[in-house]
Amino acid sequence: MQMLHIVNKSPLDRSTLDSALRMAKPGSTILLIEDGIYAVTKGNKAESAIREAMKTVSISALWPDLEARGMQDAVIDGVKQVDYSGFVDLVADSSSVMSWL
Amino acid sequence: MGFEINGKTYETDEEGYLVNLAEWDEDAAKHLAIEEKVEMTPAHWEVINFLREYYNDYQIAPAVRVLTKAIGKKLGPEKGNSKYLYELFPYGPAKQACKIAGLPKPTGCI
Amino acid sequence: MTESTGGIDMEDEASGTIKKFAFINRKAPYGTVYALEALEVVLISAAFDQDVSLVFADDGVYQLKKGQATKAVGMKNFSPTYRALEGYDIEKLYVEKESMEARGLTADDLVVDVEVLGAAELADLLEEQDVVLSF
Repeated sequence: MQMLHIVNKSPLDRSTLDSALRMAKPGSTILLIEDGIYAVTKGNKAESAIREAMKTVSISALWPDLEARGMQDAVIDGVKQVDYSGFVDLVADSSSVMSWL
Repeated sequence: MGFEINGKTYETDEEGYLVNLAEWDEDAAKHLAIEEKVEMTPAHWEVINFLREYYNDYQIAPAVRVLTKAIGKKLGPEKGNSKYLYELFPYGPAKQACKIAGLPKPTGCI
Repeated sequence: MTESTGGIDMEDEASGTIKKFAFINRKAPYGTVYALEALEVVLISAAFDQDVSLVFADDGVYQLKKGQATKAVGMKNFSPTYRALEGYDIEKLYVEKESMEARGLTADDLVVDVEVLGAAELADLLEEQDVVLSF
């Protein structure tokens, strides 16, 4: 089991995504929630960093948050979309959780 | 809340700790000691002065365990043990001595 | 699964299980209350005899900057308290190299002795923890 990193801020507003990407080991998971979901949408400045990270790290996004922001059709291919129970599963299946507040 | 000695007023919180550390002086310490039913001796003052110095250095009131260890280091093992400190301050060295020394309640003090 | 965040299991405590706790400090000191709150939680955690590590990354590195003087802003300068941690047997202090360099700081600019780790080493350290608390 490996760590789960949760990011809830827009990558254009705060640097928490950068920090999480820097600290996430291969095989771990980064879950984007709330304003964090903008990072996994096409054309966002973070797209290339997300695509690069996906080579070693699993990237997930909470779809209720994607949908709430009208971004459900703009998600980068390869990003896993999870609902709230999927969120719980991710937490349960992780060795520990780091919330990048 | 608070008390007054020789025309000088000292503000305290609901548990009797001085609100403003800078107001502390020997008169205040003597008054707080009486309220705590502690009769001040040179041994008591030694601990009080140690605490004030510790606070000055680190900006916190130490936990009992930390206080005991630090006193042992500075004043010797015969003073750096809880038996000695509890004899001086029966209701808890950190809590009682900190109050008399005009420090806030130690962080993590239950 | 092991513990995710927070919560010390009472049974574990009674049986004396020691868990690895990492406190990650990522905010500059006076603009928000995170740094001070983290410090208080760390001091309290010392009472539980756990295996505690403190990590300073991103703007959290600024918490340790020497020469803080808060008189004029009317706030309490809590930077001296980091020097008290040793007395609380909290001796594992780590600073992320990349964060420190991005802020023009070196280990000599800090109020305490720390171990400087690169992001990859820090990632390993975090992976080893039972509980990671972020401030």
